[in-house]
Amino acid sequence: MKMPGLNAMIGAFLIAVLLVIALVGLFWTPYDPMALSFTARLAPPSVDHLLGTDEFGRDVLSRIMVGARASIWIGTLTVGFATACGTAIGLLGGYSRGWIDRVVVALNNTLLAFPGILLALGLLAVFGANEYGIIFALGIAYTPSMARVVRVVVLSLREREFVEASRVMGNGALYTLLRHILPNCLAPITVLATSMFGWAILSESALSFLGLGVPPPAPTWGNMLAAGRPFIEQAVWLGLFPGLCIALTLLGINLLGDALRDRLDPRMRGTR
Amino acid sequence: MLRFTLNRLVMAVPTLVLVSIAVFSLVRLIPGDPAALMLGDIAQPDQIAALRVDLGLDKSIVQQFVIWTGNVLRGDFGRSIVNGEPVFALVTERFLVSAQIVVLAVALAGCLAVPAGVIAAWRQNSLADLVLVGSATVLLSIPTFWLGLLLLLLFGLKLGWLPVLGYVSIRDNIAAGLIYLVLPVMTLVIHETGALIRMSRASTLEVLRLDYVTHARAKGLSEAAVLWKHVFRNAFGPTWTMIGLILGHLLGGIAVIETVFTVPGLGRLMVDSILARDYPVIQGCLLLVAVSYVVINLFVDLLYPIFDPRVVAE
Repeated sequence: MKMPGLNAMIGAFLIAVLLVIALVGLFWTPYDPMALSFTARLAPPSVDHLLGTDEFGRDVLSRIMVGARASIWIGTLTVGFATACGTAIGLLGGYSRGWIDRVVVALNNTLLAFPGILLALGLLAVFGANEYGIIFALGIAYTPSMARVVRVVVLSLREREFVEASRVMGNGALYTLLRHILPNCLAPITVLATSMFGWAILSESALSFLGLGVPPPAPTWGNMLAAGRPFIEQAVWLGLFPGLCIALTLLGINLLGDALRDRLDPRMRGTR
Repeated sequence: MLRFTLNRLVMAVPTLVLVSIAVFSLVRLIPGDPAALMLGDIAQPDQIAALRVDLGLDKSIVQQFVIWTGNVLRGDFGRSIVNGEPVFALVTERFLVSAQIVVLAVALAGCLAVPAGVIAAWRQNSLADLVLVGSATVLLSIPTFWLGLLLLLLFGLKLGWLPVLGYVSIRDNIAAGLIYLVLPVMTLVIHETGALIRMSRASTLEVLRLDYVTHARAKGLSEAAVLWKHVFRNAFGPTWTMIGLILGHLLGGIAVIETVFTVPGLGRLMVDSILARDYPVIQGCLLLVAVSYVVINLFVDLLYPIFDPRVVAE
């Protein structure tokens, strides 16, 4: 692409808008997102309700603002969980090698043998279909991807001179790992964590759409789409706006992720 | 070639064993007594005890796993708690419904996206490239369930060209069955084309920079011959691997599409079983999709040398 700078700026702009919407939604929404109004059921977008109202007369814009918060919150905790666990496991496996590494690789490959959100679906059956169930299920499902990337980087780093030097100087393994190896893993970790944030937001909205996510009446973009589905013929806006929010958020993350990858880690270019 | 094939086949065995252990343990991880959970709040203690014996829960974990594996190998996945149907028949029937959608969609997406990716790379930084890459990134960012809803709204409700609800199997009526497949397949094709264009473009770009491409051009080959014989054949490998990954990922994530278009497939079955806590069916779905993912990747690996004979030599 000719202008990676432009793409990155569009991506950053979309994410900034999302953050502002979510932040404002913490303190102020045009209406109470849960307030029912039987006089304003399925009202089309107007000056009073910029994005219309849903089948219970609730303001769609207010619900989208609160839904943004849910997406960011779940996405952040999921990525945080997967990054922390995956990095720790990757460092352990890559640095210790031997049988610990073999166990790590075997466990990793087993979890990676479950495609897509299938593993998360199975784990949701264990944790229960709610906000924290999703965070744990998705977090565990994403951990092996992070562990695999970190492990490969550590495997090559541990043979480098500066790591050797640290060992020879008598530094403990933990010190060497945290002081010399981890900082050199941060670029690929950042790149992967960015895409992971996109996966998490997409999966959360998909699970909520399936009725396995955050239970109504609390609004998320996914459960708003699911609830609006029977009414989309009379009320197009119910099917339009929450989906548009998910798509724009993912587009922002994808553009930003591509730019980040090109800048930080040219080796990972072209992978999904 | 034989050695390569055998090697790959043997390598798949430990994965399959570990996957079945994982599926088995997942159900064991559910907090509380599975028998009590399955029967619900109104169950009597003797009913729970009877179900425990029936499910083999009174035996040791290892014994349970051996019995379960033996049953699975004989095609006995147990019975659904909700309606008592044998799980194996249920999941395989639903699997075929999902598989026809996924296979059709990936085949069509591949036919569209691979040439598009090659053209984008061939004319890198041209207007065509920018448009293709830009639209691929946008398509990739549209969630399938939203895209499905929009297509349903347009073709089903506004234009009235395609059915909105229900499903007819192509085994019962080919013409009617195909009509019900159009929207789900179209949704997946549009989405996956985005991912595949990017992959195909990236791997083509890498090959285009290599010396033998310059050499092929220098010796006067036509541009079409260079692209087809030298570039495409060397660049297709990564895309082919990704097609296998996408097939598996779609099987795992097809529940949303089946929900939008009310298709009675495996994904919807799994979600309904999670909501109903029908553990034998959940186990059956997980196992079937995970095993087919392993088999698809094995198949992709085994066919890889057709495009790139170098891997056998390594």
